[in-house]
Amino acid sequence: MKIIYKTWWKILTVILLLYTLIAGFLLGVPHLPILHETIRNTYFHVPMWIAMFTVFIISVIYSIKYLNTGNEKYDLIAVECVNTGTFFYVLGLITGMMWAKYTWGEFWSNDPKQNSAAIAFLLYCAYAVLRNSIDEEQKRAKISAIYNIFAFPIMVVLIMILPRLTDSLHPGNGGNPAFGKLDMDNRMRMVLYPAFIGWSLMAIWIASLRYRIRLIEYKKNEID
Amino acid sequence: MDILKQTWNLFKKEITLEWRSKYAFNGILLYVVSTVFICYIAFNLNPGFKGSQGYPIVWNVLFWIIMLFASVNAIAKSFMQESKSRLLYYYSIASPQAIILSKTLYNVLLMSLISTLALMVYLLFFNNKIGDSLYYFFTVLLGSISFSTIFTMISAIASKAGNNGTLMAILSFPVIIPVILVLIKLSKNAMDGIARNFSYSNIAVLLAINTIVIATSIILFPFLWRD
Repeated sequence: MKIIYKTWWKILTVILLLYTLIAGFLLGVPHLPILHETIRNTYFHVPMWIAMFTVFIISVIYSIKYLNTGNEKYDLIAVECVNTGTFFYVLGLITGMMWAKYTWGEFWSNDPKQNSAAIAFLLYCAYAVLRNSIDEEQKRAKISAIYNIFAFPIMVVLIMILPRLTDSLHPGNGGNPAFGKLDMDNRMRMVLYPAFIGWSLMAIWIASLRYRIRLIEYKKNEID
Repeated sequence: MDILKQTWNLFKKEITLEWRSKYAFNGILLYVVSTVFICYIAFNLNPGFKGSQGYPIVWNVLFWIIMLFASVNAIAKSFMQESKSRLLYYYSIASPQAIILSKTLYNVLLMSLISTLALMVYLLFFNNKIGDSLYYFFTVLLGSISFSTIFTMISAIASKAGNNGTLMAILSFPVIIPVILVLIKLSKNAMDGIARNFSYSNIAVLLAINTIVIATSIILFPFLWRD
């Protein structure tokens, strides 16, 4: 927990993100039919989901920790990680939709990957509603932790497994090539992997800032 | 072994209670039959619908939507009808895993019976040619099992959070949408009489979702019941 107060990884985040921004737009990419330069979206769309997964996994870990210990701080971490994850979720959807407009022709083309991403988004909206429906603090923390642990594997099934079983236009699904197959070369990996780390750290940074604000509010509301 | 014995006893208790009043069973059955009848009347207002091209597709989708709402209503009650003191009594004599397992088992039994009867009533009003009837029936059973496992866990969560119907719907629909999509696909294949081995991957997905839900509910329910 001490690590969120350190500075070095925040500097690393900034450097990594600056590198991915510059290299992502300037370095060479393989020239492929249909995709052309939109292949650069890989540097921005996929890292959003990786960042989302990173904070969602952290929130599940802290939900489990909360259930085991009952420490209120763990609940605050879990909530803020889910909030930040939902934000990156929206960014992932938007970047995907923009890319889909130029390659598939429509922002929303009823693709299984898009549909199940939208359904999984409802899962986390329901999390927010569930939290608001309970007034008692400890009960709210406990039930939302349980729901968070319950929702995570279902989200993984929805986003990662179901679209792979059907015909999806999305790269990596329905027999379409993706990482490490046809359209990826080492030049792209040089940008993509730092982007994964950079955006994940960015998400953790945002979540940690929100957590610290929450912590201050929580302490202010405490009865001395 | 202890958990299995407790589950079995609690399961028998659920059936005995239901057998005495027959409230849930008859209530839901009446709900399904009246919904089917309303649909029958409403669709017959449009002459020529029965012979139209889209009839089999609507037939299949409508059945699943009726079953979805029937099972939400049936299973939402599973934790609501228990009074707080009675729940406390169960928790003092049985393990939480046994409680959630027995509720799930009971709901599976209830929903399988209801969906079998519902399918019969539905076929009576809306007749349709089913290519592979046995397989369709199997899909319906698989669907009622999936609905039961998911809704039991969700109703346990919703009952702790004020017991309102809105919450039950909000929490369960994102989880149930993939299940119902797979079920509609599966039953469409059965209706068209497509070779069974084309549907194995869909059955695997359903079983995987059920396993995940049962595993998480067994792990999480002990934390949920404690107040």
